[in-house]
Amino acid sequence: MNTTATTAIPAPPGPFKSFWQDFRRNRGALIGLYYIAAMLLIAVFAGLVAPHDPSMQYRDALLQPPAWLDGGSWRFVLGTDDVGRDILSRLIHGARLSLLVGFLVVSVSLVLGIFFGVVAGYAGGIVDIAIMRLVDIMLALPSLLMALVLVAIFGPSIVNASLALSFVALPHYVRLTRAAVLREMTCDYVIASRVVGAGAWRQMFVNILPNCLAPLIVQASLGFSNAILDMAALGFLGMGAQPPTPEWGTMLANVLQFAQSAWWVVTFPGLAILLAVLAFNLMGDGLRDALDPRLKV
Amino acid sequence: MLSFILKRVGLAIPTFIGITLLTFAFIHLIPGDPVMIMAGERGLSPERHAAMMAQLGLDQPLWTQYGHYIWNVLHGDLGTSLTTREPIWSEFVPRFQATLELSIVAMAIALAIGIPVGVLAAVKRGSLFDHAAITAALTGYSMPVFWWGLMLIMLVSVQLDLMPVSGRVSAAVFLDPDNPLTGFMLIDTLLFGEEGNFLDALHHIMLPAFVLGTIPLAVIVRMTRSSMLEVLNEDYIRTARAKGLSRLRVVVVHALRNALLPVLTVIGLQVGVLMVGAILTETIFSWPGVGRWLIYGLEQRDYPVVQGGVLMVATLIIIVNMCVDILYGLADPRIRHRRGRN
Repeated sequence: MNTTATTAIPAPPGPFKSFWQDFRRNRGALIGLYYIAAMLLIAVFAGLVAPHDPSMQYRDALLQPPAWLDGGSWRFVLGTDDVGRDILSRLIHGARLSLLVGFLVVSVSLVLGIFFGVVAGYAGGIVDIAIMRLVDIMLALPSLLMALVLVAIFGPSIVNASLALSFVALPHYVRLTRAAVLREMTCDYVIASRVVGAGAWRQMFVNILPNCLAPLIVQASLGFSNAILDMAALGFLGMGAQPPTPEWGTMLANVLQFAQSAWWVVTFPGLAILLAVLAFNLMGDGLRDALDPRLKV
Repeated sequence: MLSFILKRVGLAIPTFIGITLLTFAFIHLIPGDPVMIMAGERGLSPERHAAMMAQLGLDQPLWTQYGHYIWNVLHGDLGTSLTTREPIWSEFVPRFQATLELSIVAMAIALAIGIPVGVLAAVKRGSLFDHAAITAALTGYSMPVFWWGLMLIMLVSVQLDLMPVSGRVSAAVFLDPDNPLTGFMLIDTLLFGEEGNFLDALHHIMLPAFVLGTIPLAVIVRMTRSSMLEVLNEDYIRTARAKGLSRLRVVVVHALRNALLPVLTVIGLQVGVLMVGAILTETIFSWPGVGRWLIYGLEQRDYPVVQGGVLMVATLIIIVNMCVDILYGLADPRIRHRRGRN
């Protein structure tokens, strides 16, 4: 073998490419991602995609079964509910609502959670103890119960429910951020930048925070699924979106009476919730596998 | 060991105080005058209003009110329900027994199915069974509990007519209140009921318990599987295999025993999940437990019920978490002797 082995060492892939290569290998995560992308498109163009107005009541077509059953018609593909509203259109508009709620809840809790987490981890001492004690107290209450109580105080509406869900999601982000910050604080680059005179704010949010993002991205994805699930539960209990809002959980309130006569009224909204939550959980699992360096190699 | 237990108990006390502050603040956070809200649309005369303020102690300074509140709480006095005029504590106990019974059966179902499935999935890693178990677990984990309950009622109770739709026992079952009833329907019907009553109670509890146990079941499958996978790679497993022990013995005796420790923690953490699940499950199945009681309290604006109920639930979770921590320390000396910040 006298051919000079000049197999050039390929340049290491950039962080995003490396992540994408890992993420792509996970079939479940990809399915989740595609489902979410499709849901997003449908949600954005809900007005165009939906065959009917979600609150339009067709009095001539009460409790009409889905198209493929006897008595169904392609006018109402998934059938109609007890006041003659098209279920498919309501589900499509519900997707918009669920994604909006998820986005609102995740961004509010993420921003506040990162802030308190970074401050607790960086400041240490009494500030850390005070913040973490509060977090412990919040974690002692089941999240949905606390959200219910908050909604009871401020009145049931979709905005109040979203804010309540943001509040109850906070402690998880605070904990995660703090743990990541504590890990980073011992790194050389943090000490080095302190030596050259970086101030506390710069240290916290410019130097340390970007290195703590991986677990937060994973948690944010799971936060989406929690928010959708809890909002549906609140809606089901009458404490979230109020009828006639086409929210998936609200659509399931008081439907038990149709268990015998009109299964489609009960089945499809729940299936929409389950699939959306499943998609975010699948993506979250994939993100964790791709982003968590401890699982690599 | 004793100092470890004392330290854990010591950690729980500030959390408990924080919770009492929170539930105390609850009544004051409601916008407007709590007495007027409690009175509802009928309204109140000014004299009656003042009398009620005094009766509830709302005319005193906040810190005195909090002092009274915590004094009463520590003596088991959680106030009086506005709708039934019963003491909260005596309303809470029988409902808690109903929820506890449901949760125990739910957890038993989750463990009985979850641990074997998780172990088998880990042992047969990559097989069809493994994939099916992971998929089912993730689906169960993503399940909207209330919809799952509705679907099962529709299928099992209405279409197939196999199980009752709601309640703890059939209306025909009579339990003599003169007997020393435990409040647990399965036990009471077995000890004092007529023939068939126990089966009737069992029949009633199976479906709601399965619904309530679905998410814990999914979590236990995932946890057992990953914990087993980790343990199966350990040197002592190879040693056990090498010295000629049977595969079954290695898996069940050597691996499972070590893999169960993280599962134990997860079971402790499921108490919160069970309480949230109970709110939804009990609403669907008309199960007379704490969850439905709290929802009813919220709907009726029965604030003392909500305040007392939330406090009891939070206290329960604090105590269970503390016990899990202590058990964990008993099981694993490394945790007991760890010092300083994590």
